[in-house]
Formats: sequence, C-alpha cells, structure tokens
Amino acid sequence: MKHIMTLETRDMVESVENGGCGECQTSCQSACKTSCGIANQACENNKD
Amino acid sequence: MIHQYQMNGYNIVLDVFSGSVHVTDLLAYDAIRDYDAARKSLSLTAAAPDSKDNKTGTIGEALPKDKVAELIEKISSEHPESSKDDIRDVFDDIEELIAAGKLFSEDVFRNTSFELKKRNPVVKALCLLVAHTCNLNCSYCFAAQGKFKGDSGLMSFETGKRALDYLVEHSGSRRNLEVDFFGGEPLVNFQVCKDLVAYARSIEKEHNKNFRFTLTTNGIGITDEVIEWANKECYNVVLSLDGRKEVNDRFRVDLAGNGSYDRIVPKFQKLVESRGGQGYYMRGTYTHFNTDFTKDIFHMADDLGFTELSMEPVVTDPSSPSALTQEDLPILKEQYEILARDMIRRKKDGKPITFYHYMIDLQHGPCIYKRVSGCGSGTEYMAVTAWGDLYPCHQFVGDEDYKLGNIWDGVTNTELRDEFKLCNVYSRPECKDCWARMYCAGGCSANALHATGDIHGSYEYGCELFKKRIECALMMKAADGSL
Repeated sequence: MKHIMTLETRDMVESVENGGCGECQTSCQSACKTSCGIANQACENNKD
Repeated sequence: MIHQYQMNGYNIVLDVFSGSVHVTDLLAYDAIRDYDAARKSLSLTAAAPDSKDNKTGTIGEALPKDKVAELIEKISSEHPESSKDDIRDVFDDIEELIAAGKLFSEDVFRNTSFELKKRNPVVKALCLLVAHTCNLNCSYCFAAQGKFKGDSGLMSFETGKRALDYLVEHSGSRRNLEVDFFGGEPLVNFQVCKDLVAYARSIEKEHNKNFRFTLTTNGIGITDEVIEWANKECYNVVLSLDGRKEVNDRFRVDLAGNGSYDRIVPKFQKLVESRGGQGYYMRGTYTHFNTDFTKDIFHMADDLGFTELSMEPVVTDPSSPSALTQEDLPILKEQYEILARDMIRRKKDGKPITFYHYMIDLQHGPCIYKRVSGCGSGTEYMAVTAWGDLYPCHQFVGDEDYKLGNIWDGVTNTELRDEFKLCNVYSRPECKDCWARMYCAGGCSANALHATGDIHGSYEYGCELFKKRIECALMMKAADGSL
C-alpha cells in the first residue's frame, strides 16, 4: 500500500483461541504500583 | 472503533479492537476520517456474518459504492495535489483493510469477559507487606510510611511462610508465581525476606512452581549483602528515586527531615552495575512541584547512568499541595511527548533508554484475556499485611471494608472477591467509548475507588495521562517502522 503502512500486531481474535494461559506478569508487580497498564506486559506464551 | 491522531509528524490510525496500528500519509488520514464519519452516519456495524472470512463477526461493514464515490469527490477537492486515481487507490486500500479485519473491526470480545467470570479464581501473585514501617518519611507516601492508616509492625517468618504456602496451594496449574517484597520499606525486615526466599526455593521444585521475587526499596538499607542477594534471587528490583537531588529530597526525607539522595544514589548505582543485565527499574514519582519531570528522567539517564526508568504521577488527596491539578495536565502531556521524541533520538544515537509506560510489544504483547481482565487485583493478585490479612492489592490495605480474609482461612469475603472478579473493561461504564480500553483493561480499581467511591468507576485524570502515554508509545513504534 502506497499511502498506508500497517505495523505488524498480534491478532486479537486469534488470541481468543490461543491466549489466556495466565502465566504473564501481574502488571502492578513490575514497576508502577499505582496505575494499571497491561500493554507493556510481555506474553509468556508466544506460540501464536 | 478507530482512534486517529497526529504526533511528531506521524499520522496514526489505531483500530481499537483488532489492535492494528496504521501509519498513513495525510491523504489516507483524511480519507479514513471521512470514511469513519460516513459509517457512523449510516450506523454501520459488522458485515453480514456469512460474508467471506467473517465467521467471528469481527469484520466491519464497508460503505456502499455511491457513498464512497461521494467521499472521493470530497477528498479530491480537499487534496487538489492528488490525482483521482491516487485517491481511488486510497479507498481501495481502506476497503482491503476492512476486509482483513484491520480497520473498523467490531468488538467481539464482550463474551470473553463472561468467560473470565466463570473461571475458578487462582492466585498467582502476592504483594508481601513485610514491613509496615519505613526508614524514610516521604510525605506523599500513599502507604503512610508503611502504616497504611494502621499500626506499624514487621511480618514474621511464620506468617510469610504461610503466605507462600497459601500462594502455592491456590495457584492451580500456574507455574510462575510472583512475590513482591513491599512495605513500608522491606529491607527493614531483610532477614525475613532472605528466609522466605530460601523457603520458597526449597519447595518450588516439588510443586512445579517458579517463584519470581521482586524487591521494591527506597535504597537506604542496601548493603553489599543485599546487593548479592537481590542479584541472585530477585527477578526484578524497583528502586525508588524521584530524579534530581532537589526534587528527590523535597519528599524523600528521613525521620529527621534530611534528604536521602546522597545516601541512596551510590547504592543504587552499585546495585545496578553489578546486576549483570537483570531486570530493574528506577521508579520515581512526580508531583505538582515537578511537572517538568522529563528533567528528572534525563538526570537519571544522563547524569546517573540508569537506563530502565519509570516515573509515575503522585497518588494523593486532591487537597494536598503536591497533588496534580487540571492546569498541570497540558504541561504533563507535553512532557510525555518530549520524552517520546527524546527516546527516539537516543535510540537513533545507539544509546536507548527504557521508559516503563512506553514499552509496548505489538506483536507479542498481551492476549485478549489480559487486555479485558487487567491487573487481577482481588483475584489473581492480593496484598498480604504483616499480620496475614488479605486485601485486593497494596493500595487497599488499611481499608477494613476491603479486607478479603487472611492467609490461614483464605478468602472469606467471597462477595467482595466476586465483585473484583467482575471488574473488567466491560464493567466500567466510562470505558464504553474509550479507544484506549484495550491497553489499560479499564484501569486501576484503587484509583477508581479513591476518585469516584466505586471500584467500577474511572479516575479520569489518570485516564488522560494514560491515553497520552499510549499515543506516545504507538508514535514511537511508527518511528521504529520508518527508521
């Protein structure tokens, strides 16, 4: 595409099927302690 | 739902439910804006479920051809520099992205939140308040120097041991178990921290668990022994420093009122230097008194040599002089942009730094379950007081209404636990139309409670800052793509 560059992102619909293992870090345990951001948590199960 | 914004010369379109991020030229940016408006005016939602590749219903309906022709005329008049063929190409691209489920995609995840509600709760993380006391006296401390509006005290080894057993017993098949030594100041009770780690290591193999310990410390109690222990045993260390000496020492003072900067910085540097690349964060708090907080981040990076950085807005009573004000908000937003632009420069120069809130892994980040359910407070994650009481998280400690139970009897206030279990991005009315909700999962329940009196509320000020940080983080990804 000449006018639109799409960054590669995880397929959210697919993650309904292959996500949810729950092994990822609890977000507040890492650094913030006073807010909730989950976007910066790495997935522990990168099979997809 | 889409979110469009321009920052640092980039035109960015986020497709909220697919999570797709598009970087466009101005022509496509305007075309997408008009396409979105036209879809809204026609109340278009999902394409027919039997249409090609749309079994899940995620693909949005495209505009009728006559409407697209109208838009091509409109865009053509706004962009006389572009040929009609070029503009038609843009609309073809838009419809290609729609068909691929990457633009105007539908929210098909509501049922995911219902699935989460049906799950049996397992516990995978505990915040151990090993010391309800502190060797500093920071006036902005939400934990009231560790006393959390209650008594001071230290956790005994027996209580901590029982907390670890409770975690193992209630963790189901989860392998990675997280334990944060928190307070107050946990190093005031260092021997118990050491003994608890030794106990955890002695039981983890037989239970097929992997304990990940985090130490959150103000640095005063760091010794060579602490450094050796933390580097061997702690997956992550969170080191509290607010930045410039005068900023840090405004609040982070000892019981006699003396600033802590000169005592803690050399210790932090020694610890980080010897950490051999293992995880750490310099974690600061900014207040109304340092709304120019990027100077504190740059001080920690440039003058002190730290590369892993986190800086959080103060959580305090709005009547406090240190509380952030509405007038501060535009200044803070500008600061986040300054930081993002500077981090791009540093990366280009080969000297990158990490800012906690700008870490987004678009390809391998959280799955939809995590994005819907959030931090897990009150269910997967709880705080344990020195006396063994359980609270939904460290920010609820001391509020008797939010006591869940204790580590001997387990969660006895199951009604409260169920309320937290139902707490997700779909349970918060204010999140319904928010583009950022798949990045914050509805936000922090404690902040919501303190701001609105309801854990299902929203802390609007925090949301504003959060949205700005996500915009900056995505812009940095756009910059990565164009390097």
